[in-house]
Amino acid sequence: MSEFVLVLTIFVLALFVGFEVITKVPPILHTPLMSGSNAISGITIIGAILSAGAQASTLTTILGFSAVVFATINVVGGFLVTHRMLDMFKRKR
Amino acid sequence: MSADLVNIAYLIAASLFIMGMKGLSHPRTAVRGNLMGALAMFIAIVVTLINQKIIGYEAIIAGIILGGAIGAIWALKVPMTGIPQFVGLCNGFGGGASVLVAGAALVEATILTSISAISIQFSIATVASGLIGSVTFWGSLIAFGKLQGIVSEKAVRFPGDHVLKALLLLACIVIGVMIVNDPGATHYYWIMIAIASLLGILLVVPIGGADMPVVVALLNSYSGTAAAATGFVLSNNVLIIAGSLVGASGFILTSIMCKAMNRSLANVMFAGVGGDAPGGEPMAGNEIYEGKVKTTTAEEVAMLLDSARRVVFVPGYGMAVAQAQHAVRDLTNLLESDGIEVEFAIHPVAGRMPGHMNVLLAEADISYDKLKEMDESNASFEQTDITIVIGANDVVNPLARDAAGTPLSGMPILDVDKSKTVVVIKRGLSPGFAGIPNPLFAADNCLMLFADGKQAIQDLTTAVKEA
Repeated sequence: MSEFVLVLTIFVLALFVGFEVITKVPPILHTPLMSGSNAISGITIIGAILSAGAQASTLTTILGFSAVVFATINVVGGFLVTHRMLDMFKRKR
Repeated sequence: MSADLVNIAYLIAASLFIMGMKGLSHPRTAVRGNLMGALAMFIAIVVTLINQKIIGYEAIIAGIILGGAIGAIWALKVPMTGIPQFVGLCNGFGGGASVLVAGAALVEATILTSISAISIQFSIATVASGLIGSVTFWGSLIAFGKLQGIVSEKAVRFPGDHVLKALLLLACIVIGVMIVNDPGATHYYWIMIAIASLLGILLVVPIGGADMPVVVALLNSYSGTAAAATGFVLSNNVLIIAGSLVGASGFILTSIMCKAMNRSLANVMFAGVGGDAPGGEPMAGNEIYEGKVKTTTAEEVAMLLDSARRVVFVPGYGMAVAQAQHAVRDLTNLLESDGIEVEFAIHPVAGRMPGHMNVLLAEADISYDKLKEMDESNASFEQTDITIVIGANDVVNPLARDAAGTPLSGMPILDVDKSKTVVVIKRGLSPGFAGIPNPLFAADNCLMLFADGKQAIQDLTTAVKEA
């Protein structure tokens, strides 16, 4: 099996898992779901770290650095804000 | 660390992401779910940092410190009313990161490997990543601007805008094909990014402010898709899995929002609803309202509440604008201490993003088990003595249910008119986003309490205490 077919398989299966898991999230948690999934989409930070660290050229390092900044804002901001919100749902009288 | 170990660590991270998302299926497990997601991200980052490809850490560390500081400060300061803007802008950053990573990978590949060795998968994925990423980035900036009031909330249209967008997309695809044929010509990539950026702006500018919840959800989906495409560029499984989870999530939320407004996604994206020129003659409110609207006072409503057994609040974004959540909470506590059952009926599009109203009420310490979804609420309005509508309009407009041919027709609504008495707290009789009058205000069982939302609820609380 070629590498492409392998990653494509993973992509399609992950989509199915995503649909299964997310349809079970109740509407009252849709906003935290969005901010939390936002944080997860910051996973691009992995590629950003590799570009910023590989130092293939000045251009790629700059691109990598900017991508690290963007992705980190996404990751740190996303998880933190989600935590803030979920904390409000937790406290119950 | 061998490649196998790295990939196993990525597999653990991907599993934790899925389990974390699963945790969001209930408020009790949601905090743990979010922490699992954060742990997964931490594992993925640490494993990546020990990759042998990395020569120097300066740029990485500087980027993480800068981005981390901005993200942390912003996340701790943002008010709950500003969450839609926050999520909107974050979507954009995710898309922007994908554009930059794919661009860097392309430049790197042309330096480090022979151009003939670049695979089709790599170049197609790079094009997809750049295209989706830049549409997401610029589209999100415009959505942020509209939510924040920097860009016009109106649906801005101009003649031939759809044709222009189609041409821009076509241009992106043509340049994309050129990149796939000749990956060495990296300048094509940046030209495509520029055109896709313009496309991203033009896609969101013609969408009205009331439709931003849909747009933010859709851009959420795009940011995930862009991350997954970047995963194809790097042949990295955790990027693909995490990206497709987000893509699926955003897509589901988008379709839920569309269904809640009885609109198709194409209608939201391209019809320019909320522009300057309405489709037909604006419906006159005067003949509907004339002589039929009954006004009331806080004291009168307090007397009604005194004999009520079941009260339902229907909050809209206007409640949050008036900062009335805490006052509503106080009134709720007071009514409950008198033995009255109190619930909240939440329409899916209440607030400015999916689920936003629940967060605003949770912030005011209103317990989540009082927050009811539309179907559940609609089944119980007939047993409700008093329904108090505060800051909501279109989502309780009976025309959506009873009349054809109005901008709201077919949209599922909260059937508040079926409760014994409806009290609408509103400043005047002005229409909602849809721009049509609301016959509810003239209904026999409806009383209008004309006032600022917060002031009205506070007056009510005082009046109930004195009664």
